[in-house]
Amino acid sequence: MVQSSLDIQTIRKDFPILNRKVNGKPLVYLDNAATSQTPQQVIDAIVEYYHGYNANIHRGVHTLSQEATDAYEAARHKIQHHFSIAKSHEVILTSGTTHSINLVANGFSSFLKKGDEILVSAMEHHSNIVPWQMLCERTGGVLKVIPMNQNGELIMEEYHALLSEKTKLVFCNHVSNALGTINPIEEIIEAAHKVGAAVLIDGAQAAAHIKPDLQALDVDFYTVSAHKMCGPTGVGILYGKEEWLKKLPPYQGGGEMIEEVTFEKTTYADLPHKFEAGTPNICGGIAFGAALDYMNSIGFEAIAQYEDELIRYATDELLKIDGLRIYGTAAQKTSVISFNIEGIHPYDIGTILDKLGIAVRTGHHCAQPIMDFYQIPGTVRASFSFYNTKEEVDVLVEGVKRSKNMLA
Amino acid sequence: MTITEIQEEIVDEFSMFDDWMQRYEYMIELGKSLPLIEEQYKTDDNIIKGCQSKVWVHAELDNDKLVFTADSDAIITKGIIAILIRAFSNQKPQDIIDSDTEFIDEIGLKEHLSPTRANGLVSMVKQLKLYAIAYQTQLN
Repeated sequence: MVQSSLDIQTIRKDFPILNRKVNGKPLVYLDNAATSQTPQQVIDAIVEYYHGYNANIHRGVHTLSQEATDAYEAARHKIQHHFSIAKSHEVILTSGTTHSINLVANGFSSFLKKGDEILVSAMEHHSNIVPWQMLCERTGGVLKVIPMNQNGELIMEEYHALLSEKTKLVFCNHVSNALGTINPIEEIIEAAHKVGAAVLIDGAQAAAHIKPDLQALDVDFYTVSAHKMCGPTGVGILYGKEEWLKKLPPYQGGGEMIEEVTFEKTTYADLPHKFEAGTPNICGGIAFGAALDYMNSIGFEAIAQYEDELIRYATDELLKIDGLRIYGTAAQKTSVISFNIEGIHPYDIGTILDKLGIAVRTGHHCAQPIMDFYQIPGTVRASFSFYNTKEEVDVLVEGVKRSKNMLA
Repeated sequence: MTITEIQEEIVDEFSMFDDWMQRYEYMIELGKSLPLIEEQYKTDDNIIKGCQSKVWVHAELDNDKLVFTADSDAIITKGIIAILIRAFSNQKPQDIIDSDTEFIDEIGLKEHLSPTRANGLVSMVKQLKLYAIAYQTQLN
């Protein structure tokens, strides 16, 4: 039974979209790993910005510009405190995780020499593989993969064996989007630092479930996308240790990132503006701050506990279905269940579930190497959030049974 | 039968059902009667791009008519391509080029017609028509 301190029915009232119907059925939204839904409090922050103080920031002397600048910088401070970051200028606001990763990968092209190695985990999203491949192509660096076992856990002995003085950067997601595995990032970071390698952790899937203390982790870089944690799309962060951000060259040229420009030479602005060329997603940044306020008002401990109960219940119920296999059975995992039913294509199940009002993701989840590892075309992925209920799990399980009857 | 007549026949068959489940079950049933593509043609070149599941289509001329065979690893997709092939196979390429696909809407599968839909019905129709254009050029 799911018992929790959270009052889910009250929480659900904060999310207007959860009232809608899809194909005549009440929406059961289980695609939270792709993007989370937006509470009224965040929608209000967006509306208030456009109603009240929409202006460009950091330049204007007029009142609106000052108000917008204050709100945007207040959001940066909220992000700083939420992730336990030492200095606010270590928070670079980006368009999201992909942008953040590319910023680091691009910067490392000035450090990497031929034969230097970058380690990435075997359970990465495509956006976490391609920038490093491009970096290696440019620099002659070598990309090496930390393998995983059948449960979807990284094989840590192999990781330690791969580390050497050639390793310049280790890249790994905190939580796998396709499998839900929580990776042992403390151990990964500590071991990498012993050989002098930097570590970039992609927190896109983790941040909605775990509140990481980035200083305690001693991680060099950490990335987050707001839209996976009740915020809007198109905004996220790159956290970087000050020493690294000072070393990295600017990523894009433009307004805001310069201190002085003549045709002979440009000097770059201080952090964080050096990496924030052009007019940023001002409203998005402010709404990201509102999303953090919202999630913290519920409390990450309560969220984690409730989601854990929910996923255990869902796992138990789904496994009662004959022929159903779950991919990603790590001891440490968050609210993702990736599964298939023997002999049925995941796309078929997803199509029938959609007719029943249930939103899941089907396909390779932009993590084709994982699918190749299990030798499957894809999976059905149900991913949960704190606003999902046990009753919705029951609807999912019934839907999967019904799909199986139709399709088998 | 002309393409229009076959399409009307399919629309008639689907009109017997009152809910989506029966329509989908019938579509899955139609998938089972799909003229299957020969294994040798199940190559990457014959896979239709834009589908989440794999769909292979092959076309060849039988006198002046174009004959399609296909397969898919997902059975709903197999049903969709079976319906399309039933409407367009054994027809003259020019007739295929001139035909439309509004009957898909009429049989209650409208949601599959969206160009962004991951099942790629639009890509399938486009591929069948591309074959027709290619063979029409050959006939000229």
